[in-house]
Amino acid sequence: MPAVMPSTPPAIEVEALGKTYGEVEAVAGVSFTVASGEVFGFLGPNGAGKTTTINMLCTLARPTSGTARVNGFDVASERGDVRRHIGLVFQDPSLDGYLTAAQNLRMHAELYGIDGRVVPDRMRQMLEMVDLWDRRDQRVQTFSGGMRRRLEIARGLLHSPRVLFLDEPTIGLDPQTRSAIWRYIGALREAEGTTIFMTTHYMDEAELCDRVAIMDRGQIVVLDTPEALKASITSVTVASPTMDDVFMRYTGSTVRDTDTSSAADGNRELARVVVKASR
Amino acid sequence: MSATIADVAAVRVPERSWRSEGRAVRVVWRRDLIRFADDPRMILTWMLQPLLFLFVLGPGLQSLAAGSTDGVDLTTFMFPGVICMALVFSAIFSAASLVWDRELGFMREMMVAPVSRWSIIVGKCLGGTTIAVSQGVIVLALAGLVHVPYDPMLLLGVFGLQLLIAFAVTAFGVMVATSITRAQTFTSVVQMLVMPMIFLSGALYPVSGLPAWLGVLNRLNPLTYAVDPLRRLVFDHLDIAESSRRTLAPGVTWWGWRVPTFIEVGIVLALGMAMLTVAMRQFSRTE
Repeated sequence: MPAVMPSTPPAIEVEALGKTYGEVEAVAGVSFTVASGEVFGFLGPNGAGKTTTINMLCTLARPTSGTARVNGFDVASERGDVRRHIGLVFQDPSLDGYLTAAQNLRMHAELYGIDGRVVPDRMRQMLEMVDLWDRRDQRVQTFSGGMRRRLEIARGLLHSPRVLFLDEPTIGLDPQTRSAIWRYIGALREAEGTTIFMTTHYMDEAELCDRVAIMDRGQIVVLDTPEALKASITSVTVASPTMDDVFMRYTGSTVRDTDTSSAADGNRELARVVVKASR
Repeated sequence: MSATIADVAAVRVPERSWRSEGRAVRVVWRRDLIRFADDPRMILTWMLQPLLFLFVLGPGLQSLAAGSTDGVDLTTFMFPGVICMALVFSAIFSAASLVWDRELGFMREMMVAPVSRWSIIVGKCLGGTTIAVSQGVIVLALAGLVHVPYDPMLLLGVFGLQLLIAFAVTAFGVMVATSITRAQTFTSVVQMLVMPMIFLSGALYPVSGLPAWLGVLNRLNPLTYAVDPLRRLVFDHLDIAESSRRTLAPGVTWWGWRVPTFIEVGIVLALGMAMLTVAMRQFSRTE
């Protein structure tokens, strides 16, 4: 694993974290640790509880059980400190389309209280990284989906977060933009040692992560490096499995409804058996 | 395309403090102003209705009303009411941006920023107040066209009342916006409330001699206590007979007792603060 210093505390520590909406158990007590500087992939079918978990980690939802610490701060009791150290890129856009790219970034810098003397340089670097420096004075409304996503990434990084959460950052983008986004992630980790916590549905992207957790029905069914996961299901029938095989193996091949109401049932037991068997 | 960041500018996010909250208020406030200033068509659309009442409906009804206004032009009478109307429309529409922010996703950017949700609401209220007052000032500038003198004390007084009314109505709009999740619902709730409130406030007719049920609704309507001080202030500066002043700007009475201006102003201010508090609470809830 690159860029992980043994002395630095973990970027994310999650202990028995759970979230219940009324009767529905969206996240059923998950535990994991993400090391500082790691690229951590968070996979799972729709409705598995990934977004709810991210929302709890970035203080947008309150856990109903368990604890989580981001960069050493508790997500329930030290929300302000958590927010200072994280950046977010959501699957849904969160830019102000009426404003220009530069106005969006300036507003962000001010919301985060970034020293005004470094803002112009930092802004330029981020916009150049995502190849939007020339478009900085155009309204975001006029941007394509890929440009918007790149701008969101520039904005999410503007305040130099310790942990960057990316919720399906490459969904709906062309291959060029997808690979560009991965280049930014690499460059960023090198320059600032940022920890990346990302969800994705693209299994080829999961391969690029240091470690991958697969979540299903509110629980983490398996967590390991992509290599180890593939090795765990290697058999006579599947000689060289892909991440797709891994994903299907651990989450089953049936198509899911996006709602999680059927989560807390016997299938979870089955998942546990599968995890045990895989070890 | 090169994705290398050499010599990246070091950035630190400071701990939360009063200064960061002040900044947040300013950011939200300025954003509303930038958007408002960037779209002049929006200004025109918002001005259209009040002006329609003042310059089309007013003169149109003049012939009907001529006998009962003691020679006072109907548009002069309606002027303070129309100012109030302009304030209400633009304050409510500014508050609606909160609903759009949620629908278009921008809300999340503010929700995860290391600032208090309260500051965001305060910033929104300030933004709405500023925009609404700017509309009110435009209407006020037309005073001469409806025979209202440009007396400095009158202008200053009206400006002060405009600030108060704009703040209270924005707080109302923000409160509705924070308790509603869909933009469509906001529009229908507002339509259901705003026009009846304007009609019942006495913005367009004198509140003396109303049928009993209408009189009760008028006294219960918070907007009544915003329109009345405005109208009496304007009428104090008109050169007209005392009798017509009494008929056209009689003031609001509770069981025969005339409610003094400071109580009216107090009611509007207290309601504004109360609605602001409710809005802050609703907005701070985390699921």
